Amino acid sequence: MIRSSEDIIIRTVSRILVPFIQLFALYVIAHGHYSPGGGFQGGVILGASLVLLLITYGPSDTRRHISGKSVAVFSSLGVLIYSGIGFICLLLLGNYLDYGKLSGILHVTPAEARSLGILGIEIGVGFTVMAIMFSIFFDISSGGKPPEDEKE
Amino acid sequence: MTSGAVILSTIFMLGGIFFFTTATIGILRFPDFFTRLHATGKGDTLAVLLCLIGLAIYEGFSLTALKIVFIAVFMALAQPTATHAISKAALRVGVQPWMKGEKEDDSSI
Repeated sequence: MIRSSEDIIIRTVSRILVPFIQLFALYVIAHGHYSPGGGFQGGVILGASLVLLLITYGPSDTRRHISGKSVAVFSSLGVLIYSGIGFICLLLLGNYLDYGKLSGILHVTPAEARSLGILGIEIGVGFTVMAIMFSIFFDISSGGKPPEDEKE
Repeated sequence: MTSGAVILSTIFMLGGIFFFTTATIGILRFPDFFTRLHATGKGDTLAVLLCLIGLAIYEGFSLTALKIVFIAVFMALAQPTATHAISKAALRVGVQPWMKGEKEDDSSI
């Protein structure tokens, strides 16, 4: 069972570090299509920053920022972005995830449309991975039980 | 790349390797959990910082050197905090500190 840490050193350092960890995760996602990294890795780093918040501030404080409903929304939203881009390509008479066909609606060259399409896919993957990573850790650490202030 | 920068970065890297070695000897030779954590928490932090500063000097003024400096700042913040958190958790669950005159405890690693 995870309790909220009373220690001022741990609380302060994690409060300082979490925004920078999330900024680095966005960097990894945004540079995913032409350098090492990508949606999955960036999503894992985002999830790790939320896990750091969870083990520092405890389940009830973290639940106030990231509710179970928003975890479900984010994980579904990522899948929606991924499959939505794929099906838009199908509707534009291409194959599934055939990004080149997106050039018509984005008003760019096919090469740029491929780059942007992959970026969209990475963002979708990042959303889902972040939400699922946090949800797995939260459910295992709380033993499947909701925290105290949500029992009523 | 001037040879002075190479020599300076080599000195930093050798210092880092020295402190890595002493930290490793500390893990192997110290008697209990807290003293081993003391060896790694201080020695490894200093060693990583020295190695990264050496690499940044070798790289010169570039974006890569700036990224290395960011990693060094992150390490300097995160590693002592992690050591502090681990030792506090160990004290809370009841790991007994080693006292002078006791025999070496091989069970708690």
